[in-house]
Amino acid sequence: MSPYQENTANPRLDIDRIIDDRRTRIIVTCGSGGVGKTTTAAAIGLRAAERGRQVCVLTVDPARRLAQSMGLTSLDNTPRLVDGVDDEAGGSLHAMMLDMKRTFDEIVEAHADPARAAQILANPFYQSLSSSFAGTQEYMAMEKLGQLRRSNEWDLIVVDTPPSRSALDFLDAPERLGRFLDGRLIRLLTAPVKAGRPFGRVLNAGLSVMTGTLTKLLGAQVLRDAQTFVTAFDTMFGGFRERADATYKLLQAPGTSFLVVATPEPDALREASYFVERLDEERMPLAGLILNRVHDRIGTGPAGAESARRGAVAGRLSAARSLAAAETLEAASNGGTDTASSAGTVSSNTVSSNYVVAAAALRLHAERMNLGERERRVAGSFISTHPAVPVIEVPALPEDVHDLAGLRRIGEAFVVGFHDGSRP
Amino acid sequence: MTARDTDWDGVRLHVVTGKGGTGKTTVAAALALALAHSGRRVLLIEAEGRQGIARLFDRPPLPYEERKIAIGPGEASDGRDPGGDVYALAIDPEGALLDYLHMFYGMRSAGVALTRLGMVDFATTIAPGLSDVLVTGKATEATRRRQPGSASGFAYDAVVLDAPPTGRIGRFLNVSAEVSGLAKVGPIRSHADTVANVIKSPQTAVHFVCTLEEMPVQETLDGIADIRAVPGMQVGGIFINMARPALLSQQDLKAPPDLAAMSEALHAAGLHDPGSLAAALTAELGEHARRVELADRERTELEAAGQPIYELPLIAEGIDLAALHRLAAELRDQEAA
Repeated sequence: MSPYQENTANPRLDIDRIIDDRRTRIIVTCGSGGVGKTTTAAAIGLRAAERGRQVCVLTVDPARRLAQSMGLTSLDNTPRLVDGVDDEAGGSLHAMMLDMKRTFDEIVEAHADPARAAQILANPFYQSLSSSFAGTQEYMAMEKLGQLRRSNEWDLIVVDTPPSRSALDFLDAPERLGRFLDGRLIRLLTAPVKAGRPFGRVLNAGLSVMTGTLTKLLGAQVLRDAQTFVTAFDTMFGGFRERADATYKLLQAPGTSFLVVATPEPDALREASYFVERLDEERMPLAGLILNRVHDRIGTGPAGAESARRGAVAGRLSAARSLAAAETLEAASNGGTDTASSAGTVSSNTVSSNYVVAAAALRLHAERMNLGERERRVAGSFISTHPAVPVIEVPALPEDVHDLAGLRRIGEAFVVGFHDGSRP
Repeated sequence: MTARDTDWDGVRLHVVTGKGGTGKTTVAAALALALAHSGRRVLLIEAEGRQGIARLFDRPPLPYEERKIAIGPGEASDGRDPGGDVYALAIDPEGALLDYLHMFYGMRSAGVALTRLGMVDFATTIAPGLSDVLVTGKATEATRRRQPGSASGFAYDAVVLDAPPTGRIGRFLNVSAEVSGLAKVGPIRSHADTVANVIKSPQTAVHFVCTLEEMPVQETLDGIADIRAVPGMQVGGIFINMARPALLSQQDLKAPPDLAAMSEALHAAGLHDPGSLAAALTAELGEHARRVELADRERTELEAAGQPIYELPLIAEGIDLAALHRLAAELRDQEAA
């Protein structure tokens, strides 16, 4: 158990129970940028595969090395079998990187006749929309998830959400796109096509003022492109909306588990907090919080382990006491140096250098205790606001993951929770 | 004006980017404070509407309005330096759109009407390039804004932009390329070109915030390559954030500490159960040595980029106003500002 959980009623998040439950069909990892969502998704995917599930990990924007660790070398929008996975339990692991533009192109091609599809694909607005980073990526990740799920080739899909500025963006993006395409601006832009109805004249007077304003702002060419795009898009929009709704429902279904990932930092936990509340509002199934990269591992190792015993000893030495001892040794070592130089003895020089090393170790320990205390405080405020959310803490690893062995170690950490960091 | 040379004397627009979680907003705020000396006025702009600046300075959420948020301390050792002022502005695409319409077309009510029609959704959803132009447009407008009577002739001596994360920075700044696909001629295009003229000039530098870990370092190097690939854009400094000082020399870190000696020293310091404690502290020291070694490796990779490097210490207690001032002083000492 971790120090955070000892004092609270938060249940422990049991990842193995989630991945072993055959009814779990989708796991979504979400959280703010830089908290380790992608690595977490990959580690869960690997662990599930080695426990017998047919897994596909859908990753949105992996770091190069992480992608390489799973054998992904290109962004080709197709799930690839990951080599080196232990298949003794009968499982397998596929992984793919999302190609946002290609996914979007495929939807267009599926929902419009060839001539109109070509028209849309060539439109500058479509090109900007389909290759830009914000919004579309969220939407396409959800679309791809829906496709993979419907294909029924995998019995578990693990998806990490895009690196949005806000953890909530991916829930809002499809809705925002839909609202926009449904909105009045669209009707305004497509208005000239629909002119000539009753009241058309009155409406059109107002519209032409707005159209004039838009022309002035955007320029005639931009407005024309936007109109062409919107008109062409309008015809396939019904299908578009339907797909978004279907994926949204999929996320609310009991087979889905959301895992919120956060580091013990105020910003990350604030985002996590919003997310937990938002999932609740949307009636989306939250499995729990992974508190990632926790530094304080003092006295928290598995029971009986030598490292845990060591940790417990160190944990009893407070930061203040440790600093005071360091100062004592530093003072003695300065004094000792003077004595040594006057006496010219080797042994007091050695004692002095031992004191310096010990003092440094004590200062280091004080720093650790302070950092741990801060992380505990920060995490504590999340935990007390969400007492029912299951939590597991994963220690900070000194090195990033380069290979499957690294991912496997992270997967083990999910189960052990806190273990001593001196383990390689 | 200061008599002291800094690394970025000709730069008036400081764009600060970094991987998520590296403390980009903190560094941007500390840089703004550091630049606010000798009576200089600095504007700190938040581009992604998270209200991180308000939180850092312990203020209520910032409106779309430039308001004074802090006073730069000046040079502590130099009583003649009166310090300067830091103003802050949180930009959201909607506010930037209304501002743009008002400033360039004198259309406030039309802007409100367009907003109601979903123009902002249009800009942010269908053409994110457009919303980036609005945000960078505001930053460059503040950079270019003249103020008769001020020492420099400009309204602000420096503008610090807390920009989107490293993965998006090239696209965010390269507005003219983003927009040229959409608008070959017309007002948006000429606005984008004006913005680009500031961004692709020696008065703008793109700074990278990084921690000494593999992924942030890799992203920083990739981001630097992205910026260098755009003619005219200038890479600024690399700000290593949350650096943990090495407590021992390389030599002492490499040599495994002698358990008996450690135990003896702890005993001398009056600590209880020195034997067990020595084992525990030795393990911690070993871990520290490994971390220092990894950090050194990452630092070497960053050095290969050939840009000035500044190091800001980890502040274990968390960032408050006092910590920001401490980081600002570090930046001044290292001549980043």
